[in-house]
Amino acid sequence: MRYVLRRAGFFLLTLWVAVTLNFFLPRMMPGNPAVAMMAKFRGKVTSPEALQSLETIFGVNSGQSLPAQYAHYLGDVFTGNFGTSLFFFPSPVSQVVNAAVFWTLGLVGVTTILAFALGTGIGILAAWRRGGLTDSIAPPLLVITSAIPYFWVGMMFILIFGLKLQWLPWSGGMSLTDTPAWTPSYIGDVFEHALLPALALLITTIGTWTLTMRNNMVTTLAEDYVRMARAKGLRPHRVMLNYAARNAILPNLTGFAMSLGFVVGGAILIEYVFNYPGVGYMLLQAVQNEDYPLMQALFLLITVAVLVAILLADIATAIFDPRTRNSR
Amino acid sequence: MRGTLWRALARSPKATAGAILLAAFIVLAIFPGLFARDDPTAEKYARNLGPSAAHLFGTTGLGQDVFAQAVYGTRQVLEIAFVAGLASTLIAALIGVAAAYLSGFWDGVLNLFTDVVLVIPLFPLLIVIAAYVHNSGTGVLIAVLTFTGWSYTARQLRSQALSLRSRDFLAAARVRGERAAYVIVVEMLPTMSSLLVAAFLVNALYDVLFASSLQFIGLGDPNSVSWGTMLYWAQNNEALQTGYYLQAIVPGAAIALLGASFALLNYAFDEIGNPALRPVVSGRARARRRRLLGRLAL
Repeated sequence: MRYVLRRAGFFLLTLWVAVTLNFFLPRMMPGNPAVAMMAKFRGKVTSPEALQSLETIFGVNSGQSLPAQYAHYLGDVFTGNFGTSLFFFPSPVSQVVNAAVFWTLGLVGVTTILAFALGTGIGILAAWRRGGLTDSIAPPLLVITSAIPYFWVGMMFILIFGLKLQWLPWSGGMSLTDTPAWTPSYIGDVFEHALLPALALLITTIGTWTLTMRNNMVTTLAEDYVRMARAKGLRPHRVMLNYAARNAILPNLTGFAMSLGFVVGGAILIEYVFNYPGVGYMLLQAVQNEDYPLMQALFLLITVAVLVAILLADIATAIFDPRTRNSR
Repeated sequence: MRGTLWRALARSPKATAGAILLAAFIVLAIFPGLFARDDPTAEKYARNLGPSAAHLFGTTGLGQDVFAQAVYGTRQVLEIAFVAGLASTLIAALIGVAAAYLSGFWDGVLNLFTDVVLVIPLFPLLIVIAAYVHNSGTGVLIAVLTFTGWSYTARQLRSQALSLRSRDFLAAARVRGERAAYVIVVEMLPTMSSLLVAAFLVNALYDVLFASSLQFIGLGDPNSVSWGTMLYWAQNNEALQTGYYLQAIVPGAAIALLGASFALLNYAFDEIGNPALRPVVSGRARARRRRLLGRLAL
């Protein structure tokens, strides 16, 4: 219980740091960009609400001291008031964001789970057949693929499978002519559009899981309980899965939970390259349109997603691993 | 000791491949003029030319030579990788090792600080900062990457330093009454040199990828000559859709090769530092390796 409370404290602390970054970053910039920015927007943004959102972010014209502005900002954030989006005016920021989350969870969420499952499987096999074919090909190859910029892999996929071979669509989350409905044709269309970005992500993220799993597994395979299982004459695949892999996967589970949190903001450039209407694409749109209220809300959303995932992982660890409950 | 480390590296094909690649890039960065005749920014040729003997990779949408841009672009990427990579490794080493050595209250504080920085999503944060800065040049990129990128390696170095804490030479230093700063910098850090190199390689790899990504989405300086900026212009020029593939393929492949060189070297260092991970070798090779590593005493 104390462990979970401590982790909840960490959750709140990090959340506070993220909100504070959001508050101070625009105020810290050299050469007071706020004034220039406001002058620029006065021509473009006509509504008083939007102008007010900007004033809150840059802290001009409020007539308040810095601490008072800060207190005001904290109050706004914790009541879920992120101001009005400048670009998607007059929608409030929270409404604009909701639509994007759906797309990102579908694409990146599923891909992350697949990458973890496949990568871990290959890692187990590579370590089990040490020096075998899988072990001599997979790790060096995956070291290289994990160093390739994943957006570039996406671009090459667009070139090869989208433009040259014309096998798959490569722009957007669905066909423009389609209307969202639970029909087979619509679901098939969404699936088709997700295939190329998902493959590009899969190829570049699978390597980390394989390598860490292989290395953990190599260490566990040298443990006495594995030797004992072998000496008992258990079937090889049982030794591999129930004795070695089961223990080797433990450190990776926290990493997996963290990466589930990173799903929301983790594939920004893939969404950008494929014009996929998710959170990352929206963040870059907000940056390009200088839509600061939307940008701040998305950054906070991405951070909160990570924090929630970590907190859940901590609670799960506390339940499944008795050692953490007793230590300190 | 140093000679044996070199020999262990030279025996690893991964390290050899990574080192040769990196050396080639360093030569390109120092002497770009030896390899490319053209000025990378001069817009003096026909636009969007295909590959030819005069323009090995064709020209850009502004009539610049793609090959010359790729060659001259090496310098900026390596600058970012080495300066930001070294600086964040230094921060990581000081914070991680200090946390392990001081223990107790200060360990708690430093560890909490590291964890908070570690958990805040790095790339979105970089985007937000770059969006406020506008057209961030090399200096700004290096500063931002340095101060956001140290946390992962700080954690690794801390856990490695923890295993040193009970060693005799540290107890001796404590008995001599040395100050903490002295013990950390003079006694502990030198014994961790191979781990520090591995940490540097990880940081450098991520700095290359993050810097190029930021430039790709137009958050760098669009007039600088670098691989990320080349990709940005290729995307703006719709190079893929209009058939000028090389404008997008060349800079991306260059980033991938440089990244691979850092990743391969890092993997080799992991294998040398952790004998359990080394590839299985048989017979005479194993005996030879054992003798070699016996002398290395890692």
